[in-house]
Amino acid sequence: MYHVLLDVFKLDVKYFWHEDKLPKDLDAIVLPGGFSYGDRLRAGVIAAHSPIISDVKRMAEKGMPVLGVCNGFQILVESELLPGVLLRNTSLNFMCKWTELIVENNKTPFTNKFALKERIPIPIANGEGRYYVDKATLSMLKKNNQIVFRYGESVNNSVFDIAGICNKEGNVVGMMPHPERAVEAEINPKDSKPASVIFESLITTVGARK
Amino acid sequence: MSLQSQELDYLSKKIKRKPNDTEMHIVAAEWSEHCSYKSSKKHLKMLPMSGPRVIREKGFDSGVLDVGDGYVITVHIESHNHPSAVEPYGGAATGVGGVIRDILSAGTRPIALLDGLRFGNIEKDSQARWLFKNAVTGIADYGNCLGIPTIGGEVEFDECYTNYALVDVASIGFGKKENLIKNHADAGDMVVLLGGSTGRDGIGGAQFASDSLETEDRSAVQIPDPFIEKLIIEATLEARNEGCIKALKDLGGGGLSCAISETADTLGIGIELDVNRVHTRESDMNPREIMTSESQERILIITDKKKLVKLESICKKFRVTCSVIGKVTSDKIMKVRNNNAIVASMPAEIVANAPLLDRPSKEPTYLKELQKKTEPKSVSDLSKATMKLLSSPNIASKIWVYGQYDHEVGIRTVVKPGMDSAVLRLDNGKYLAAKIDGNPKQCYIDPKNGAIGCFEEACRNVVCTGATPIGMVDHLQFGNPENPEIFWTFLESLKGISEFSKHFGIPCVGGKVSLYNETPQGPIKPTPLIGVLGLIEKKPLHSQKSEQGDILILVGSTKDELGGSEYYEYIHEFIGGKCPVVDFAESKRNMESVLHIIENEWAKNVHDCSKGGLAIAISEIAMTSGIGCVVSIDNVPSSKLADDKILFSESHSRYLLSVSKSNLDAVLDYLRAKNVTFGIIGKFEGKNITFSKSKKVIVKLSVDKAHDKWFNSLKDLVLHG
Repeated sequence: MYHVLLDVFKLDVKYFWHEDKLPKDLDAIVLPGGFSYGDRLRAGVIAAHSPIISDVKRMAEKGMPVLGVCNGFQILVESELLPGVLLRNTSLNFMCKWTELIVENNKTPFTNKFALKERIPIPIANGEGRYYVDKATLSMLKKNNQIVFRYGESVNNSVFDIAGICNKEGNVVGMMPHPERAVEAEINPKDSKPASVIFESLITTVGARK
Repeated sequence: MSLQSQELDYLSKKIKRKPNDTEMHIVAAEWSEHCSYKSSKKHLKMLPMSGPRVIREKGFDSGVLDVGDGYVITVHIESHNHPSAVEPYGGAATGVGGVIRDILSAGTRPIALLDGLRFGNIEKDSQARWLFKNAVTGIADYGNCLGIPTIGGEVEFDECYTNYALVDVASIGFGKKENLIKNHADAGDMVVLLGGSTGRDGIGGAQFASDSLETEDRSAVQIPDPFIEKLIIEATLEARNEGCIKALKDLGGGGLSCAISETADTLGIGIELDVNRVHTRESDMNPREIMTSESQERILIITDKKKLVKLESICKKFRVTCSVIGKVTSDKIMKVRNNNAIVASMPAEIVANAPLLDRPSKEPTYLKELQKKTEPKSVSDLSKATMKLLSSPNIASKIWVYGQYDHEVGIRTVVKPGMDSAVLRLDNGKYLAAKIDGNPKQCYIDPKNGAIGCFEEACRNVVCTGATPIGMVDHLQFGNPENPEIFWTFLESLKGISEFSKHFGIPCVGGKVSLYNETPQGPIKPTPLIGVLGLIEKKPLHSQKSEQGDILILVGSTKDELGGSEYYEYIHEFIGGKCPVVDFAESKRNMESVLHIIENEWAKNVHDCSKGGLAIAISEIAMTSGIGCVVSIDNVPSSKLADDKILFSESHSRYLLSVSKSNLDAVLDYLRAKNVTFGIIGKFEGKNITFSKSKKVIVKLSVDKAHDKWFNSLKDLVLHG
């Protein structure tokens, strides 16, 4: 993720240690993937209690664009910035494969340059990636236009094939697939342009905010 | 403890007194076959180990290859067979952990894993299925958690592994040449133990692995903790950047006993340590247990006294426990204290260098028996045989396995697993291909030519991506070396590997020997495993699908050598026949020609021809391209073979090239100019894979049906038995 933000999209990007405070002059926060605390207990649950998360929460509430990918999504869910839970895949195995996303909401800071229903070739890589909410929450998600991405095929029995959602305000987006693994032509066996739009949307959003 | 009486005498003579109990346990661990290589060391010298890219320095636990622009690749291979046969999840996972720390010990970041897995007959044997399932999950859970992609490997099933498992893991590291840890130490330096706590798990693991597997000693199996391993990786690399590491050693087989004695011996220093300062999991461990525990996720660092505070603060940041357990001395003695009492004191050189053995060897009688056997006659229905082979667990798609491995993490994986070899991009704009190959069925019939075949196959696989082989690691797995017949097969394999290595200038940069791979049912078949690294200077071959009208060219000759083939073993249940032999001149010519064709972008895809022979290799191209292929076996270069032999022979040095019409002339002109043996054998079209002879169809399969069988067979077998 760091490499893609820095080298591919030429953004001014910095790592922050989990015990640090976040500076005020940020434009966006990205929580990347990667087995925080070895997925002990439940993926993302321990990291959701890291000191830095309280800053993430505060800034998210003020409207800062926040993107959580894979374990980052799990952390956003566990820290209650996003609704629902991520359960173990029904195969009970880790799954690493290429699939396709369908854009369902093009109003978020990470999707505003997409056309609705646009398709994105992208890989998933997770063991606990099955999104789950109860029926009432699902209809709320639909009503509030909080479903951002759905899988183009049944991948892991996620409720309503949900791959990514946002908060009510739309500034916090979480997704299980890995856009950073799909934006370089050399790495992407299909088409790297659609996934790039996620980051291009962010650049547009941040530019407009300034 | 397994110190032999003559070894005890030798030790007593060397240290001029009787060793005490703790000393005996320390030496027994270090002199185990697993740690000392006492049976094999003398012979391993025949392997060529130097070359223009090879960087050798004292104390490296992994091979180092210069890939230019100030960068290096490191590589190592290990197995965890005994532990995995008893507790497959933990055994396989800790196997991954161990080899990763070897990569780390050179000061490089691990960037890829490959694994070779072997089990009994999973179609019949539910124990084998259980071992297979859990070993794969163990590897997946460990590698995935660390964020290191598992990019390839192989899986094979054979009855010789009944109630047993071979779990081989290779790891690749990448880093700057200037950051390599130059192992050195001076008197007064601090000896620090970093990582997980030392517990009672894995005590005597090295000796456990140096004996036939007769009891299921679960306490000799270590417990995995990938999260600590991840913290160790990050803490170590940061400590390296801060200049806190003078020397680094992984704690593997033999635990502290081996790490201390080998480090002291290699660096020509003494080390004095206090077992009381080792952070332990249980409070009542005695010195002997602490010295021989093989608890995982531990490394030993020697640091300058002035850098200790910095090292400790890095460990604190990553919440990695570290204990200063001793100091470097100048007397070359390995001294172990328990508070004030000295519990062991011996010259490191003696501990680290077991008396080597010169084991007798004798050609096995079973080989003569095999030669007497009459080879089976052709099956009548070749379509049915091809279809059955596609569903053989040894040939069917391994998607159930690699689908569980995060093979993309780190975003280096340019060519994904599934076909010949995966390819990683490196920071200097070059690319690295890596593959491991073994073939126990052929090695059993002919240990020398079988081993050469494994080496050539691994080379072919990297060549298919456009990579030139630059280095090799070998892992030699055999039964009890005290049996002269088994030891003969070990020596023959080693000779074969050495010859190929010399002829092709591919140096051996690392390896491992694993002996005593036996169960009460008997020894495993000889299983040398070869890992080959290939470098691509410009651009890898990104395989394109073969399309309507594309031409199929076969490079290489097909010979009457079906011994150990999947056709003989799986279809005919026949063990015997002639093992494929590599013709070095042809091999080299074909390799170079294929590389030239790839470099000029004349081929859409290139696939090697191996297990299952031509019929399977062609089917694989057709299935992954989703198009039929019409093949005439009349054009296959061979010496008048029966139809089934042409279809299923596993002769080496063969490549299949899909070429579009526009590039055909260029390819043909080049192959003719280089005197390469080849044939234009088919054309892609339609929805069927057909093989015909004299215009008569002998095999006809629907691509979709074949794909379904090939893609799902192994998965269905694992999930539904």
